[in-house]
Formats: sequence, structure tokens, C-alpha cells
Amino acid sequence: MPSKKSQAREAQPNPPIEQAEGPPAPDPVPPVQLLYCSVCSFPPEYCEFGSSLTRCKEWLKDKHSSLFDKYYSDDALSTKLGTLSMEAQAKLEKDTAKKEAKAEAKADAALKKKLASQVTIKRIERNKRKHVTSIHGLEAFGVDLKKAAKQFSSKFATGSSVTKNLQGQDEIIVQGDVSDEILEMIETEAGVLKGIPADNVEIVEEKKKKGGD
Amino acid sequence: MFKKFADTWTDLGRFSPATDIAGQTPVKSSVQRAIRAAVLAQWKIEPETLEAIWPKKEGLVHVKWCVRAQRQREHVSVYTVHGEPLIIQHFDGPYYPTLRLLHKYPYILPKVGVDRGAIRFLLGGAPMMCPGLTSKGGYLPPPESALPAGTAVAIHAEGKEHAVGIGLTKLGTEEMRRVNKDVGVEVATYLGDDLWALKSL
Ligand SMILES: [Zn+2]
Repeated sequence: MPSKKSQAREAQPNPPIEQAEGPPAPDPVPPVQLLYCSVCSFPPEYCEFGSSLTRCKEWLKDKHSSLFDKYYSDDALSTKLGTLSMEAQAKLEKDTAKKEAKAEAKADAALKKKLASQVTIKRIERNKRKHVTSIHGLEAFGVDLKKAAKQFSSKFATGSSVTKNLQGQDEIIVQGDVSDEILEMIETEAGVLKGIPADNVEIVEEKKKKGGD
Repeated sequence: MFKKFADTWTDLGRFSPATDIAGQTPVKSSVQRAIRAAVLAQWKIEPETLEAIWPKKEGLVHVKWCVRAQRQREHVSVYTVHGEPLIIQHFDGPYYPTLRLLHKYPYILPKVGVDRGAIRFLLGGAPMMCPGLTSKGGYLPPPESALPAGTAVAIHAEGKEHAVGIGLTKLGTEEMRRVNKDVGVEVATYLGDDLWALKSL
């Protein structure tokens, strides 16, 4: 504790004055350059504790083969055990495999859900001349609706906003009939409209009811 | 022994920036000076190195951040420079570097080490029990450089080069040796936790 206090006092004086008069300030210590796994974000030596070891290893072998040898060669694997018993290591490996399978199943389910989702572009007739276009279901593909609405309004130079439909779900309403153009934007993956298979998009029409208001 | 913690903690939800940041405010320069002095006193870091990480002319931003720990919500102060989280503080406890900052400057905190068996529990959010620190695969500083309770420490792991987490000693290191049961080091942040996911703000 006393050493901490004296250090604190040393830190008090104003360094700029010292620098102006005294010798030049010493150079800062350079940071350690370390690599993080681009799959799981851990330092590669910790990938074995994540839920994507198989993919982590593939990446490391591909991009940094010397590190791969360092961490996964037979020698490395046997010394790595350290004080851990064989049974505990086996349990760890089993857990890792389980975690990995779970993460994969989750990713699969998310993908399936995505592929089963539908984007509906609806051309809505407001009166004889006027249409609006509603786009529903983009969020299932990870599209930020506000950004998409902004993209539509600048692309078509028209009003565009995120609103709730009668079912309480968010959708984008764009002024004017732009349904074909929006389908094309989805097909060409324009701006934020990425990763939506064209098969999952449908265009429907909503005519004004006869005799309605 | 660690099982209980691991099971209840591993499935905690991931961090979502929009809901968990309670506010971002620039830090007043008088407060910045106080933080700089405290960091220089608490970490083993040279003023010029701290200057390189956090130049005096750059403003520190205080991000009030809500974390879920032990099934409770608690506020953590995260201090950022150019959006990069560098310093964290729980309530008015000591200042910790973020784990990424510690990885760059591993010598700034004193070290403790856990054995290989404890790693997966730590990564599940469990506090570190004394036996994991005192066992053959663990590491505590020698008696002449014993650490008191309440010291921010780098948590290293058997057979690994880089720190796995940052913690706060709950007992003095000599006491950990003597008692050798229950929690020795509370874990403040670790690889893969919500704060780790927070690369920039
Ligand atoms: Zn990895």
C-alpha cells in the first residue's frame, strides 16, 4: 500500500512543464501484437473453449499455419494437458463437441427460419391515380427497416416510413407504385437489402374496394 | 465444485448495445486528471505509455453500461477513447483495463493463474475458487510480493500465454493459500463476456 501512495504523489506534478525543461520524455512501451481468431474472437490458444473449434482450426490452419502447428501438433496436445487429468480432458473435449453441435443446430434453425420467411411487396391503390407500396417481412432477413426506408426515400425521391400494420407488425410504406423497382433492388442486393432470396419475395396487389369510401 | 456457477451462468443472454447503454457523456477535465492519476497509481504503467494509449488532449468518454451479472443488473462505467473501451470500473472500485488493453500491455496488472481445469468455469462466468489458484497448475505471487484483498489482477491460465480474464482478489494471496477454499478471485471480465463483445462504442 505505501508504494501505491508514493506512486500517486509522483503522478501529481504537471508533466508538460517537466517535458519543456527536462530531458525528452522516454518512449512509450510498444503494445504486444497479438492475433485474435476471426471465427470466435478469442486468442487462438483459447479456441478450444469456444463453440466453433472445428471452424476455428480450419481458419488458423489456412491463415496462420505456424500457429496452427504450435497449438495443435501432437506435441502441443500432449503438453497442453498440464495438470489436468485424462478424464477431465476427455470431459472437456466432449463438452466442446456438445457446445459446437448446439451452436450449429442453432445456426441451422436460424437459417431455416430465414429461408421460410416471406417478404411481401404490396401495391396498394389509394385512388385512381395514386398508389402506395408496402414492404413487409424484411426484418426476418436482418434488414434494418429504418435504413431501408431511408434508402427507398432517397432512391425514389419520395416519402417512405416505417409503420405498424393492422396486425401490429412493422412494415415500410413508400409513396407511389415502386413494387417492381423494389423487387429489382432486392434481386441486385442494393444497399441494405442483402441476402434475401428472390424466391422468398412476392408482389401482391390490393385494389381499392368497389363502393368503398 | 464450480459446476453450480457454470450451469447457471453459461446461458446468459448476449449483450445488445441499444438497450444496455444508459448514456454516454464526455468526462470533465478535472475528473479526467483524477482518473489518470488513479490509473497511474493503481496500474504498473509508465506515464508515457498511458499517454500513448490515452493522449491527454483526447477526451475520455464515460459510458454508463448495464450488465447482467449474477442475474442482477448492475451499472458499470466504461471509459472510451475514440470509441475504444479502455478502462472499466464497477461502482467506486479500482480501475481495470479492458481485457483487450491488458493483452496489449500484459505487465500492467499483477498476475494470478488458474489451472487448466478451472478455465472452462471461468469462461462460464464463475468466480475463481482458491483450489484452482493454489493447485499445481495455478499461480499465486510469492509471499514477498503477496497481494492484498481488493487488488485488480490479470488472470492467466495454465499452459496459456495470454490472460483469460481480469479479476479482483477477494482474499489476500497468502490468505488464499492458508484458507484454500471458497472464492479467491472475483472475475470482473473474461474472454467472450458482454464486455469482450464490445469492441467499440
Ligand atoms: Zn477461434
